[in-house]
Amino acid sequence: MSMATTPDTPWQRLAVLVNGRALPKSAVPELSITDFQQAILGGVARQCRVAALFGMPDRTSPDALWLYVVLADDDSSRLRLGRTRIGDNSFPSLTPACWQVHLFEREIAEQFGRVPVGHPWLKPVRFHRSYQPGRDAWNRPAEAEIAAGVMDFYQVKGDQIHEVAVGPVHAGIIEPGHFRFQCDGENVLHLEIALGYQHRGGERALAAGPGPRSIHYAETLAGDSTIGHATAYCQAVEALGGIQKSARAQSLRATALELERLANHVGDLGALSGDVGFTSTQAFCGRLRGEFLNMTAVLCGSRFGRGLLCPGGVRFAPDVSAIDALRRSLVRAEAETRQAVELLWNSSSVMARFVDTGVVPRQLAIDLGMVGPAARACGLNRDARQNHPSGLFRFTHIPVATWESGDVFARAYVRFLEVQRSCEFVCQQLDSLPSGAVRSPLAPLAADSLAVALVEAWRGEVCHVVLTDEQGCFERYKVVDPSFHNWAAVAMALRGGQISDFPLCNKSFNLSYCGHDL
Amino acid sequence: MALSLINMVMHLVLLAAAPPLMLGLIQRTKALLAGRKGPPLLQPYYDLYKLLRKGIVLSKTATWIFRAGPMVTLVAVLLGGLLVPFGTSAAPLHFQGDVILLIYVLALARFFTSLAALDTGSSFEGMGAAREVTFACLSEAALMLGLLVLIKFSGSLSLNTMLRAPAMHAFAMLPVASLMLAAVGMFIVLLAENARIPVDDPATHLELTMIHEVMVLDHSGPLLALVNYGAAVKLFVFAALFLHFVPPVPSASPALNWAVFAAEMLGVAVAIGLVESLMARLRLTHVPTLLVAASLLCGFGFILMLR
Repeated sequence: MSMATTPDTPWQRLAVLVNGRALPKSAVPELSITDFQQAILGGVARQCRVAALFGMPDRTSPDALWLYVVLADDDSSRLRLGRTRIGDNSFPSLTPACWQVHLFEREIAEQFGRVPVGHPWLKPVRFHRSYQPGRDAWNRPAEAEIAAGVMDFYQVKGDQIHEVAVGPVHAGIIEPGHFRFQCDGENVLHLEIALGYQHRGGERALAAGPGPRSIHYAETLAGDSTIGHATAYCQAVEALGGIQKSARAQSLRATALELERLANHVGDLGALSGDVGFTSTQAFCGRLRGEFLNMTAVLCGSRFGRGLLCPGGVRFAPDVSAIDALRRSLVRAEAETRQAVELLWNSSSVMARFVDTGVVPRQLAIDLGMVGPAARACGLNRDARQNHPSGLFRFTHIPVATWESGDVFARAYVRFLEVQRSCEFVCQQLDSLPSGAVRSPLAPLAADSLAVALVEAWRGEVCHVVLTDEQGCFERYKVVDPSFHNWAAVAMALRGGQISDFPLCNKSFNLSYCGHDL
Repeated sequence: MALSLINMVMHLVLLAAAPPLMLGLIQRTKALLAGRKGPPLLQPYYDLYKLLRKGIVLSKTATWIFRAGPMVTLVAVLLGGLLVPFGTSAAPLHFQGDVILLIYVLALARFFTSLAALDTGSSFEGMGAAREVTFACLSEAALMLGLLVLIKFSGSLSLNTMLRAPAMHAFAMLPVASLMLAAVGMFIVLLAENARIPVDDPATHLELTMIHEVMVLDHSGPLLALVNYGAAVKLFVFAALFLHFVPPVPSASPALNWAVFAAEMLGVAVAIGLVESLMARLRLTHVPTLLVAASLLCGFGFILMLR
């Protein structure tokens, strides 16, 4: 960090925070919209990522809207926060200068009816009404029905061009999403993805908290990332309440997070082999995914980790025999996974499908602000466990797995590496599980404060930003699922590719629809 | 006379009843190799029975072609099945030049399947039909070159004579190198024509990657049963055709000949299951390379016979 040169650039005025801590709202500097945007650009120029950018109504004046930004500075493990207040119905779009805010700006437009002027791709994100009645970025009449996926799609015209529409109902048992391909024969010129079919109002339900239901809302933001989102929720609440967790609770949380990663990564590797018709690895990984899910069930009785976490710690603690059983099944499953997955790397027919399919260049990954295994497969050293450690990861590090090629193979191989490292980590934790209580008493949340929680869930960085009002209740609850950052990369990876490779490419990202739609 | 009648009845019974069993055998092989139990061997029959009892959903834009597609296809492949001798027994229907008819009835089957696919107006099915006919251009060439090897060897244009010629000659008389090359080529044609891995994946649910399955996506109920049954018959006929390139020595006992044929067909099913278990699908752009390789293998087999 070169702090010394010009002390007063907008970037340097941003508040500094570390992951899992809170600060008073008043400590977040209020910048003019120009300085606010300059600060974001300044941060991005210094290799920061936009972890969250969102609007929050100003209770003092109904016409004003606060915009908050959370920049993640991966190199220094710091978060930088700023805010600005916009009044009228529009603000200049930052997207042309900084691609990674494109979806955040669309989201602000949809939620609060403020138009980012100059946004090149201003379309609804989740197809719901504005949170502020009477304000609509697209001037749709109040009585008009808003249906998911109904919008103007980008079209390529020409005699040889054909359009292929896939979804929202798919042949497999997967979530709904609409994919519109512009094709020249088998070649994809452009892919546009319309989501929003799964919008349930998760953020607003959470904002009504904290209450007994809040943790369950967090757990179901993206069902396959139950532990990831629940950990983020707990960290945010604990930061606001100043609650200390016991070492045993932290160890169990980290164990559960890695078990979730293991189950999903192994399932993905199996599904990837299924997509190229390689049945043996598909069948074995399908079974092994179940074994890993069962290990989470040993911890808490739920295969998806529902009900395991609570603010202050965890609800369940395994006894000695359960830990023993867990360790044994983990060692066995790890060996079997390795065997099944190494078949993939040793089969030239599989490698011919994986290598050079759906390439995302490294610079594009940076520009889009990608996170998770998909970003690490482009050679980016992005892992919140390493860059913004919280909980147990402040003391125990898991080496970051990266690969350079950015193709389907890289995304599969990064998963394979992470499977091995997570297995090793969980074994260590089970060998040396600290003793003691698993749950600390709760404390009232700090009033008029803001907390940020970043968690490296299996799919990538989960970001929860929580703001409290003067009573210490949630005023705004912002969730950013890793899928929110990465969906644009799926569309870009397909450009110039083969339409028949889309399912494989899509599976290699395996993004969440409901995590995006919230 | 009585013997040829029994042979003919056997041929008809096998052609009508055995094809779904072949699918069951392939599925079982794949399941065992993947460490699964797999569905019952007779599952394809249960599926056909289930489909036959269901209703049909027809698109508003579909015309009679959509309904005719599965029927014409089934009749065409059944006709093809009458022309191809099973094992060392004679084919029920044969005449000079029937090899041309076989190629044409197979083309007719493909033509109507593709036409029915295009009739739905769905972008998926159009894509599938385009893929099917593109790859057919290449696999038909391989098929014809493969048949040329036996035409040259036997000097006959009737399948009944030319296909059975290798089995009727002593081993020392056979053009072994040519037959081996053609056999490999014909096995690739067998896989390609019947939508098997590495060309197509019969088990996938991903429409964008399919070739044959995506063409019949809109067919339902009894029409789908006809499509699936027709596909099974086609696989059976191609497998029987392929077997003539790896001929057994005929015995004096017709019963033994039929047993050998059954064992050989089982072998083909296991071989297909092995291929499907041991390798992934090719990238679609690499399929033409494989088919050209099949043509080259069959072509070289033919060239070796031109002294």
